[in-house]
Amino acid sequence: MTTKTATLNDFEKTSPVRRIVMGLVFLLAAGLIWFLFIRTLEPGVKTTFKMMPGGSNQTIPDWIFGTVPMLKTLVGISLVAGGYQLARGFRKRTNLVLGLVGGMFVFAFLTWATADGSLNLAGLIRSALVKAVPLTLGALSGVLCERSGVVNIAIEGMMLTGAFVSALVGSLTNIWIGLLAAVLSGGILAAVLAVLSIKYKTDQIIAGTIINIFATGITSFLSARFLQVYQNLNDPGRFPTIKIPVLSDIPFLGPILFQHNMFVYAVFIFLIVITIGLYYTRWGLRTRSVGEHPKAADTLGINVFRTRYFSVILGGFMAGFGGAYFTLGSVGRFDELMTAGRGFIGLAAMIFGNWNPFGSFSAGLLFGFFDALASKLAILKVPIPSEVMLMFPYLATMVILAGVIGRGQMPAADGQPYEKE
Amino acid sequence: MSDKVKKQEDLKKDAGKIFLEEISESPLTVTILAIFTGLLLGGVLVAITTEAVYQAFGVSLWEGIKAAVGAAWQTYQALFYGSVGNPSKIIAAFQSGDAEEIRWAVNPFFDSLLVSTPYIFAGLAVALGFRVGLFNIGAEGQLFIGAATTVTAAIYLKGLPAIIHIPVSLLAGFLGGGLWGFIPGWLKAATGGHEVINTIMMNYIAFRLSEFLLRGPLKNPEGFSPVSAPIQESAQLPRLFQAPIRFHIGFFIALFFAFLVYLFLFKTTWGFTLRTVGANPRAAKYAGMSIIQSTVLGMFLSGGLAGLAGANEVLGVNHNLALAFASGYGFDSIALALLGKSHPLGVVLAAILFGFLRNGAIQMQILAGIPVDIISILQAFILAFIAAPAIIRTIYRLKEPEIDIEAVTLRGWGGN
Amino acid sequence: MEPILELKGITKSFPGVLANDHINLTLNQGEIHALLGENGAGKSTLMNVLYGLYAPDEGEIYVRGKKIAISSPRDAIAQGIGMVHQHFMLVPVFTVTENVMLGDETIRAGGFLDRKTPADRIREISHEFHLEVDPDSFIHDLPVGVQQRVEIIKLLYREADILILDEPTAVLTPQEVDELFTIMRSLVESGKSIIFITHKLREVLTFADRITVIRGGKVIGTTTPAEANQNQLAAMMVGRDVSLEVNKEPAQIKDIVLETEDLVVLDDLNNAAVKGVSFDVRGGEILGIAGVQGNGQTELVKAITGLSHPAAGKLRLLGHDITHASPRTITELGSAHIPEDRQHDGLVLTATIADNLVLNTYYRKPFAKYVVLQEDKVLENAEEIITNFDVRTPSPLIPAGSLSGGNQQKVIVGREFSRPIKFLVASQPTRGLDVGSIEYIHKRLLEKRGAGVAILLVSTELDEIMELSDRIAVMYNGQIIAIVEAEGATKEQIGLLMAGVTEA
Repeated sequence: MTTKTATLNDFEKTSPVRRIVMGLVFLLAAGLIWFLFIRTLEPGVKTTFKMMPGGSNQTIPDWIFGTVPMLKTLVGISLVAGGYQLARGFRKRTNLVLGLVGGMFVFAFLTWATADGSLNLAGLIRSALVKAVPLTLGALSGVLCERSGVVNIAIEGMMLTGAFVSALVGSLTNIWIGLLAAVLSGGILAAVLAVLSIKYKTDQIIAGTIINIFATGITSFLSARFLQVYQNLNDPGRFPTIKIPVLSDIPFLGPILFQHNMFVYAVFIFLIVITIGLYYTRWGLRTRSVGEHPKAADTLGINVFRTRYFSVILGGFMAGFGGAYFTLGSVGRFDELMTAGRGFIGLAAMIFGNWNPFGSFSAGLLFGFFDALASKLAILKVPIPSEVMLMFPYLATMVILAGVIGRGQMPAADGQPYEKE
Repeated sequence: MSDKVKKQEDLKKDAGKIFLEEISESPLTVTILAIFTGLLLGGVLVAITTEAVYQAFGVSLWEGIKAAVGAAWQTYQALFYGSVGNPSKIIAAFQSGDAEEIRWAVNPFFDSLLVSTPYIFAGLAVALGFRVGLFNIGAEGQLFIGAATTVTAAIYLKGLPAIIHIPVSLLAGFLGGGLWGFIPGWLKAATGGHEVINTIMMNYIAFRLSEFLLRGPLKNPEGFSPVSAPIQESAQLPRLFQAPIRFHIGFFIALFFAFLVYLFLFKTTWGFTLRTVGANPRAAKYAGMSIIQSTVLGMFLSGGLAGLAGANEVLGVNHNLALAFASGYGFDSIALALLGKSHPLGVVLAAILFGFLRNGAIQMQILAGIPVDIISILQAFILAFIAAPAIIRTIYRLKEPEIDIEAVTLRGWGGN
Repeated sequence: MEPILELKGITKSFPGVLANDHINLTLNQGEIHALLGENGAGKSTLMNVLYGLYAPDEGEIYVRGKKIAISSPRDAIAQGIGMVHQHFMLVPVFTVTENVMLGDETIRAGGFLDRKTPADRIREISHEFHLEVDPDSFIHDLPVGVQQRVEIIKLLYREADILILDEPTAVLTPQEVDELFTIMRSLVESGKSIIFITHKLREVLTFADRITVIRGGKVIGTTTPAEANQNQLAAMMVGRDVSLEVNKEPAQIKDIVLETEDLVVLDDLNNAAVKGVSFDVRGGEILGIAGVQGNGQTELVKAITGLSHPAAGKLRLLGHDITHASPRTITELGSAHIPEDRQHDGLVLTATIADNLVLNTYYRKPFAKYVVLQEDKVLENAEEIITNFDVRTPSPLIPAGSLSGGNQQKVIVGREFSRPIKFLVASQPTRGLDVGSIEYIHKRLLEKRGAGVAILLVSTELDEIMELSDRIAVMYNGQIIAIVEAEGATKEQIGLLMAGVTEA
């Protein structure tokens, strides 16, 4: 394995093959925009993007522009990027440029799909952000666990449990206590994961699977036994939308970013706190060292087991919080299996985001964007089935995992139980 | 008493002791105790979620205990009636001699076997993966794809006699599921991408794909809902009894495949290779075996078996393909493989157990008001005890075996 | 002067091995004390006891005259003891500063990590002791020699004054070794005391103040470079008294079986581990490869058995080019292999003995008919080998993992010797075995030699090499620095060669 990683890293840094492949990818993007989009359009059609999400009280004029000129501009930029990449190479910035070209391609697609019509661009972005919330929270749970070296595929189960508990406890008390209970329930399941995988050294994937099965069973069981019988137990209410003063008045961005319930803001806060925590505090340094090289940490007097327990349980809290989003932040009640695999997409977002909080958020946003877009496709009369669009996050994750675009830096000791001699 | 006699007595005593020790060290003991403990905890769960129990505890402790045990008893009785049948009804039916009445009375039993059938296939799929050191968490996706390819063959191939149409449809399911397993297998072998993540991703791609197919190409043109057209009669797996018993030959096909998998794994050189690669890839490499070939073949076969689970449901029970017609098989199949110690016979027994539990749970919900989901909880408990046998050993004070042959060992997370 | 560190009667045993047997050791303030011994002599175990990674069964540790208990690295650090492990304990994705401060961080106001103060301190230390390193560079970008400096800085950062260096020169180039010794000198001049573990004679004679030789878990003696010479030390290290006599017939040398030509093999990190090696092995002879572990033997064997492919050079077996052949092709040409790590590479511990005995022949007649395994044949084969090779087991159908080490090795030897072979690679064939099993395996190897098989014996046990080989090739730093006739060769001579001394 070491051989493979070493050569791959070299490959990514220096390989002329990769430089040329990426250059061709950029040129391909230009070609696709030209042949798939521009060639199929009548000259002179216009694209209209609405710049206000629904319910906003701002008045921003629609963005109307000629479809073909815009697409031609995008083709031009892609061509330049491809040419530069082929001739000299963006080197370290290749992946950034790849992201930009990818973004342009998506924008070109939207522009083309909206030709002769109108699309609420602000609404689309806002909706992507909202859909990214549970994915990001799930991914952050994964980041916390895996940075300490414990694989958590039970994010789904923890979120589902959090969703249930927040509905039940929230109905019995108030939503804040419901939220707290959800967080704790995630922590308890995480403690089980931690004990199984750290103490009993059970395969971490099996341990996670057990928790997923248990969570599916217990939430559906108790829901059928109580929530469906006593409807008032399944009415916790929802967190209200809070308009952040001043910021929410920023044109375009204001309504997209600053008119949400507290879950969205919490994501921003967690992103900052966890990033600072992981990279700028003693706890973070020690946690990452345990996930990378537990023996090294041990020889410096760091308690590997305690560090792992702590991080995994913290990850459980995060997943529980993410679970509460489904009830307290979104629909206002619990439905069986309502997380519907979001925990697993969160896991994918974590991998896509390179085990890094902001990376995970970007991946969550991207996945959320495709989710949001899929529901608009019908309106746009684009001949792409929404189901195909919804496959994107999974396909993208597999591509990343295959190392085509560049392999992520997984914590080196991820998934391996630590044996003290 | 002569020395000789005394010695023999000692020997006897020792034999008894050795026997007890052997029992307590046997992995089977742990399995049985895990199931027992799981069921016990399930009973506790039923008791603590039953309101009447609390009221009874309000009266007196004794009443409370009685009510708690009563609630658990009632639940498991309903489970038994629902899965095996009501013994008094069965006896009465046989006494009456009325064929239809007998069929109704024994129907729960056959229905349980019917429910077990796809579990056998799916459990075999995961078990085979485990044997090759692969964690196939994507049985559900492979099942869907297998069902989709089967239904395609079963609808669009026309004019074939059943004797050909059924095998061809099953083969289609095997190949469909196999393809869905082959992709992550190939990715693992060629790029090191971990099969756990890739099979999870392939699951969701399969769901979206089946949604797409059922809203588009495969949709029954005469209906509105996302359901395929019914399959040709010639592709239906024949039922063995008259209504209401739906039991069909799929169960025997499943047993046959379990036997095939057993032969393959333990009696052929291919199986030898795969098992060696799974047990110790380094030694396998030293002995000249190809890790890459084994990984790809293992995932293909694993996916194929999961595909057969889908094929069985389509050809034997549903006779069409519907959206999410078989969700939950992914996790259940992992549970079965672990419970069955990744051995075909163990998997068959575990699948039959789960079939009975799942089928009985329906009656249990109706008769005792206990939601079917309790089965998942039981599963989780049993699995936790199987995966961490130290827990069961501590509870029942069993001896630690010298080497743990059954430990499921998997290779690293990030692809090596 | 009172010693700064004193170990009294340290005893540590692992299942089946007495790694440290009542070891006494004193370390004076400001000295470099070399701990010399072969691999497996118990040096690292002793130091891991001192560093709190292993708990000793018996014995006492005194630091600065006071008896102390060390139960974890934390305790050791608190006593001013620091250790550079043979395998570096550095997080590759962290910077130098992060690695150094880990576990002993400084915190700024608000709870944030202070990276600046440690970085400044690292600069100071690196200036003071000539340990040049950039605190902001990442470990994975640094060459091994610089990584080692980071390890030393880690100790100095914690103000350790008893420094343990476990085989510090094993991974270094000669130039880096020289630099390391300059650094060590400047450390002791500033009052630090160093325990320096090695098996290289020249190094201890050049750089140590005192030398303690350990063999078989026991202290053999303590001396100084002035009183000792290489020959004496070599004798102390390899031991003259332990000797297993074997009756060796004169060799009946036949044709060349294996030929290697300018072989270059890379290790897992893509560094050349075998650097242009050429030799041949003839039928009926045993060519012993002597050398200290880690001088390229493992990689050489991997290339010869097809587990890895050489980066350059040629390999020929019985006239066939096997440079890029697969392990199976090589096996089928009549090659056998007793791997170095029998539990990981030689056996499937969870599989039965019978299955292990056909691990590389199961797919051929008579064990397979087409693809069907012939279990009766597999079982017959197992019973035959168990009898012939005296494997002590109640049944051929129990897992190989339940056998003792010696019997496990007999299973491997039985498997490899029971087919018609013309060439055999035996890597550390007796490592960790009891005397009886060692004798047995040696006898079997000589039998095969008598039968005309060409045998390549790789061992770090000098006695074994001396007794069995007809010719001895000494491997040092990826090269074969000498091939000598076994007849007339002395242990001292080979011992010096193993330590890289060619001029003696």
